[in-house]
Amino acid sequence: MMIACHECDMLYRLESVPEGSKAICSRCGALLYSHKKNSLDRTLSLIIAGLILFFLSNMFPLIEMKNQGLMMKTTLSQGVKALYNQDMQGLAALVLITCILAPFFQLSGLFYVLLPLKYQRVAPKTPHIFRLIRKLQPWSMMEVFMLGILVSIIKLAKMGTIIPGLSLYSFAALIIILAWATASLDPHIIWDKISAGDNPGVKHD
Amino acid sequence: MTKNFLSASHASLLSCPVCHLLSKPGQHIVEKGKEYCPRCGERLYIRKPESLSRTWALVLAAIIFYIPANVLPIMKVTSMGNAESDTILSGVIYFIQTGMWPIALVIFIASVFVPILKLLILIFLLITVQTRSKWRPRDRTRLYRMIEAIGRWSMVDIFVVTLMVALVKLGALADIEAAQGAVFFAAVVVVTMFAAMSFDPRLIWDVLEKPQDP
Ligand SMILES: [Zn+2]
Repeated sequence: MMIACHECDMLYRLESVPEGSKAICSRCGALLYSHKKNSLDRTLSLIIAGLILFFLSNMFPLIEMKNQGLMMKTTLSQGVKALYNQDMQGLAALVLITCILAPFFQLSGLFYVLLPLKYQRVAPKTPHIFRLIRKLQPWSMMEVFMLGILVSIIKLAKMGTIIPGLSLYSFAALIIILAWATASLDPHIIWDKISAGDNPGVKHD
Repeated sequence: MTKNFLSASHASLLSCPVCHLLSKPGQHIVEKGKEYCPRCGERLYIRKPESLSRTWALVLAAIIFYIPANVLPIMKVTSMGNAESDTILSGVIYFIQTGMWPIALVIFIASVFVPILKLLILIFLLITVQTRSKWRPRDRTRLYRMIEAIGRWSMVDIFVVTLMVALVKLGALADIEAAQGAVFFAAVVVVTMFAAMSFDPRLIWDVLEKPQDP
């Protein structure tokens, strides 16, 4: 397989890279290819766990605060709504995209792409969807949002008693699951399987 | 081609920026004179289009936004009739004064240091590419890789504002509103992310490969 380094354009002929090892560009040090172990099954099960945690994280309050007998709580989408109501539509859209839409599209899109691939099938529009998933990667910022939650809790501590909401725990678990899923995803294997699906003889829906 | 190095562009191969498939002319999907990756459908270019001028424009825009982002308040806090405005820096100072050094450091690095570092490194990379510098290409590529990875963390203050605004709604008792500075700050983060994406690190290496002009 020929591959060009995407950071310095050097050409390589990659002989088979053993499972669990990486190929690094000898000229610039960029990661050329990382052959992950058991990538498809592992990523798929992490994605399923991630989807469940994603719904839990968006259903219940993230933080609750008690102040002189008053209870206040917020979910992630209420945060987006609050910004929108304060005439901060741009900010609301940015938070909506980076913390809800992009992560959800990534999770559900990967599920749509990976599940049929596991059974040697290629779902319709798979190349386009997987390409979009890869391009959206930088705009999915759940781990940064998690840091935002921690900073907010510390900032709000002077205004009342903070009670971590139910969603906070599922959110924290989701961050770990997402990081793990990203680490176990092997895009080269996925692309190879997608192009293999184009060959006659392989079942294609 | 006396050296061992052969680049994809020398071999007239196009490398897909998304799926990394290498394709020869004739293998690309051509539509209206534009070339697309035969595997994933992404638009193919030898180098990112107008990389230098686009990156410069975005860097300059980010520098302009950086000033109001730091001068204007990012949120207004009203409690018991007292109104106070928070800027990015006053948030850092608040944590220093209350002795919470680790969190002050986190906010300072994410909101102040990272955007400046990112812009300075991009300017440095742009200038060295334009002057056809051959200085330490490997280290310059490493710098590029670093700024691409760290930029997203600057968004943390925007998320803090979102949560505070949503949570503190006690009417006359206490209320928090997002302010204009947050919009400019978000613009800085988004525009610098686009700037990093539009810069093509392969330009750093091109000058080393073409010592003689054709
Ligand atoms: Zn390289």
